[in-house]
Amino acid sequence: MVDRQELKCEHVWREISNYVEGDVDAGLRAAMDEHFKTCQKCKSVLEGTRNVIELYSDERMIEVPAGFGRRLERRLEQGARARASGWSTWSAWLVPVAALALIAGGVRIASSSTIPHPLQSEHAQPGRDIPPDMLVIVTAGAKDFHAPGCGVIHNKDTERTLTAKEAIQQGYVPCVRCLRKYLETAELGHTSLEIEANTSRDADEEDVRARK
Amino acid sequence: MAEPNLVLNNPGSDTTREQDLIARVQRGQTELFYELVRPYERRVYAAALAILRNESDAEDVAQEAMLKALANIRQFRAEARFSTWLIQITVNEALMRRRRERTVVMEGIDDRRDEEGEYTPRDFADWREIPSEALERKEVRQRLADALATLDRKYRDVFVLRDMEQLNIQETSEALGISVASVKTRLLRARLMLRDLLAGGWERGWFSRLPFEKGSKPW
Repeated sequence: MVDRQELKCEHVWREISNYVEGDVDAGLRAAMDEHFKTCQKCKSVLEGTRNVIELYSDERMIEVPAGFGRRLERRLEQGARARASGWSTWSAWLVPVAALALIAGGVRIASSSTIPHPLQSEHAQPGRDIPPDMLVIVTAGAKDFHAPGCGVIHNKDTERTLTAKEAIQQGYVPCVRCLRKYLETAELGHTSLEIEANTSRDADEEDVRARK
Repeated sequence: MAEPNLVLNNPGSDTTREQDLIARVQRGQTELFYELVRPYERRVYAAALAILRNESDAEDVAQEAMLKALANIRQFRAEARFSTWLIQITVNEALMRRRRERTVVMEGIDDRRDEEGEYTPRDFADWREIPSEALERKEVRQRLADALATLDRKYRDVFVLRDMEQLNIQETSEALGISVASVKTRLLRARLMLRDLLAGGWERGWFSRLPFEKGSKPW
């Protein structure tokens, strides 16, 4: 329980976005309600924040170029025709790729010879908690798959998008930085430590700050 | 078992209609796909534009994203909202394009810097009422778009996905590949910065005094 007398404006500003989201506990909510009754400054920040959200969430804020819908419809028709004729689509070439990956997985060529770490095969298991439909990025020459926006994707010009399920089926393992939250219960091998040591600064600092 | 019956329990419901359309497209009636995505085409375009800030790139990426959604329609599971799934594909495509092209060098540098300390509101102008008709005016929309464009990209991305595209916090976190805590921190800052940029102006009547201002491109 937050002491109402102790609630400072700075504290209110820090929580105001969560307050608007309905994402503060009952005690803090009551303390903030109380604070808004007497503090004009904070009240005006609250009203303004709500106005910002209301204005920008309005459909009228989105303008599409003239003819957008027509051009989209045409392109989708072409895409559908190409699919119907059975070639040149994104998923069509995935089939042989997936088949190859399964074969490769069967004889364990790539991973066991290039990354001779005993945890590798276990490490390939923990994808269980990742939503199978989540779209993830893979690149040539790397065994990890990533959430879009991850800072440790190498070879970016070879990026492909797959679902997490496909990536796991093809033998990719989750990136321990961007997909960390899904891997908390999994045992991590050396790969994770290396990557985290290099890259986790930004995410961790923000997490710490948000917890404060 | 026979082909699932497509007679709808509640033909008036948009959701049911959408589920029906999804099922048909998944079974190969791809010509119905445009009908399925049409209600979301504006949001898809806006998501791409917010990330790429270039109208023709945004249109191209929006189309690519829709094609990708069509190619992967069988992967879609009913537990997710279709609109969210579509937006997430679009965000993926747009982020990939942005990384590939690396056009916005200045922003790239800024993004490496983390938030220093807390953000303190600067303007305490009273801003309770927003005239509902304000958004009818082009210059008001332009003013809002300009304000959004001044935000660092890390804040803008989060704000656009959460507050304009209506993804929830978790979905925003997944779409951008950042933690939930980071989404919340950046969202707070984005909202407060926009409030600072707009509150005083609204109070002092900027929005009613800009009839002939030449607008830059939105976002």
